[in-house]
Amino acid sequence: MRLFPIRGGIHPDYRKELASEQAIVSLPMPATLYIPLQQHIGAPAEAQVAAGDLVKKGQLIARSQGAVSAPQHAPTSGRISAVTLVPAPHPSGLAQLTIILEADGRDEWGELPEAIADPFAAPAQAIKDRVAASGIVGMGGAAFPSAVKLNLGIQLKLDILLINGAECEPYLTCDDRVMREHAAEVIDGARIMAHALGAPRVVVAIEDNKRQALAAMNKAAAEYPNVAVIAVPVQYPMGSERHLTQAITGLETPAKKLTADLGVVVHNVATARAVHAAVRFGRPLLSRVLTVSGGAVRNPKNIEVPIGTKVAELVAFCGGFKSEPSRLVNGGPMMGQPLPSLDVPVVKGTSGILALTPAEVNDAQAGPCIRCGTCVTICPCGLSPVEMAAFIRKDKLDVAARLGVQDCVSCGSCSWICPSHIPLVHYFNYAKGMLMEQNREERKIERTKTLAEAHAIRLEQAALAKKAAMDAKLAAAKDKANAVAEEQAGA
Amino acid sequence: MSTVTQSKSGPFTHTDNTVQKTMTTVLWALVPATLCNLYLFGWPAILLFAVTVGACCFAEALCLMLSGRSPTSTLGDGSAVLTGWLLAMSLPPWAPWWIGVIGAVFAIPLAKHAYGGLGQNVFNPAMVARVAVLVSFPVIMTAWVLPHPLFSAGAPGLIDSLAITFGGKLPDTISAASALGYVKTELSRGIPVSQAMQHVPDLMDMALGQRAGSLGETSALLILAGGLYMMFRRIISWHIPLTVMGSIFLMATLFHAINPERYTSGLFHLFSGATFLGAFFIATDYVTSPVSKLGQLWFGIGVGVLTWTIRNFAGYPEGMAFAVLLMNSLTPIIDQYTRPRSFGRTRRGEPLPLASKPGVK
Repeated sequence: MRLFPIRGGIHPDYRKELASEQAIVSLPMPATLYIPLQQHIGAPAEAQVAAGDLVKKGQLIARSQGAVSAPQHAPTSGRISAVTLVPAPHPSGLAQLTIILEADGRDEWGELPEAIADPFAAPAQAIKDRVAASGIVGMGGAAFPSAVKLNLGIQLKLDILLINGAECEPYLTCDDRVMREHAAEVIDGARIMAHALGAPRVVVAIEDNKRQALAAMNKAAAEYPNVAVIAVPVQYPMGSERHLTQAITGLETPAKKLTADLGVVVHNVATARAVHAAVRFGRPLLSRVLTVSGGAVRNPKNIEVPIGTKVAELVAFCGGFKSEPSRLVNGGPMMGQPLPSLDVPVVKGTSGILALTPAEVNDAQAGPCIRCGTCVTICPCGLSPVEMAAFIRKDKLDVAARLGVQDCVSCGSCSWICPSHIPLVHYFNYAKGMLMEQNREERKIERTKTLAEAHAIRLEQAALAKKAAMDAKLAAAKDKANAVAEEQAGA
Repeated sequence: MSTVTQSKSGPFTHTDNTVQKTMTTVLWALVPATLCNLYLFGWPAILLFAVTVGACCFAEALCLMLSGRSPTSTLGDGSAVLTGWLLAMSLPPWAPWWIGVIGAVFAIPLAKHAYGGLGQNVFNPAMVARVAVLVSFPVIMTAWVLPHPLFSAGAPGLIDSLAITFGGKLPDTISAASALGYVKTELSRGIPVSQAMQHVPDLMDMALGQRAGSLGETSALLILAGGLYMMFRRIISWHIPLTVMGSIFLMATLFHAINPERYTSGLFHLFSGATFLGAFFIATDYVTSPVSKLGQLWFGIGVGVLTWTIRNFAGYPEGMAFAVLLMNSLTPIIDQYTRPRSFGRTRRGEPLPLASKPGVK
């Protein structure tokens, strides 16, 4: 299969060897799990349990609310001790509503939905319903509810389900391990999703640095002629949805459109595996494989972790820190978020926990820009980071917006490569946030204005109607008076 | 937990490259040509070189202190050394010390720090300085000498050299014209190119540096080697050097073909003057050249065409410095019109039209 080049990109030090040869191990069930109600993009789930309730493994404990949402299930059996505010795995460290589950150690399964015996004979809607009910979200990190994405096949004619096994982020090896150890499950889940989407073909794209994953996936896909496993070049950010689509199909997703508009839907390998478990065994999403790595971690590992496990327990499981980490990261080092503390739970979108040494982070004071232009050359989105940053520094956000700052995917390539250590992405994230805020503010003003105008028109119409009524009344009275007068005159 | 909680967007990893490493690589690329030329032009050249680079570093430190920054903040990155180095390479090797010092005053405080320091200047500091001293002291700045290799017969010793550099005692008898200057003078006397060319060094001598000229003009081959080294280390790309040299060569070849009595050949233009130094080391200055590759192509073509034009039609025999400065002034505009196309958008910034569905491959 012919591949297509993508623009720019970088070749960071991948450091995947720290964890890539560590087979997936299951974390012993922690005594307490903290399951946030919001682990996904969209509306938070609504708790269905209260303190004191006893729950079984797999039982629904929070139901999805609204069109874009996902439910939560109990990762083990036990007692709900509280539904309360707990710090979220978010850079702000702000607390959010979380179900606290004390495990009873029995890990007893509750009643699960029936397995779908022949998913390829089942109607697409049955698959989507199962995926939605199982609380599956995009496990590459974005955590977008997967069932919503499976609905794309309704309005659009899809050609390819693209399974993203690029794993272009340095350090992370969880997708690599899942593909090596559970290739058949991933392929099965992908085929089920393709069936639900109505996509005739499945393409699994894996970066060329994962030879064993490629071999395992090729083997698992061998008997299915409509499933192709493709090695894509090692080039960050190959795993970006739009860029991967371009590399595979040669098509460039227009701004403000989805890859689905080109007939391509992209799902992560771990998501495919979760779909397999949900459809074939009725198991909701209760755990995920993630990578704990970084130079400061004593024994980096790939671990199958129950959702809601505190990060501190993972670190302890990996032998703790061998040196003081200079930075804790939730996700990969390029696009991950700073982790406010170890006292936050693992959620469905947590692909990695990194503890990085100062040498690995290699941070330095930002120096003056020497206009080397490297950021322009490597920007995978074809932007001019040097210019946008200059305007954002002067708070000229409108100019930055015109230069396309909102097209930036925050991949971090420019910040990574800048010889002056200028935190370019930090500027762009700031600008994107401010512009979004401005936009919201403008829409609010617009809406207030529309409402006020409507109100004024209503008042005016009411006044007019009143006046008309009064006039009619007056006229009637006058007519009556005239008639009386005429009558009298006539008499 | 005593880990860093200060919030900054990722990435939380960074390339090893720094401004200092970049500048150091450029300096290394200049070393072979510089050593060769310092040897060819002897002690006076060494003294002038030391004075110029020293003055630039001193001026940089002074400017940083005056602006309230630590004097080591950008002095350590080597940018001032590089400016001084390039300036020294564009001066007549036996020029007096104060030419280097005045050059440094133009280069660092006026052309660089008046704009805000490293990265902020519009014009290439070394070329501003060269042009400033050239138009202010035209006689000294065109007093070229033939190579007098160190320790060779007739080469000035250290004491004589101190007198030349610091005492202004340039021996009248040994001055010589550069090849470009000679041809130009002869043309103005009505002597056609074909005759004048018989009296200029042949291409091999020009390539190896056996001719009169500034440190950076002679030994074109070593400059070329340094430039290729920078390309190999990915400090510069081919875009500017190739377009500068290509457009000079094409213009010269075309006009030489039309009128060989009036215009010198493409190869002569390539190997004479500061073509190689300009194409690889001057025009490629990050700060004052466009950031996008497309912009760099236009910039390079502009420098090349202007250099050739100035060499042939203006009052000065060499036009590289003027051409670079003129194109520097256009860099902001070039940048504005040569931005790359954003992903998913047309050049005008509109979303791309939705293409047809992918075919089965």
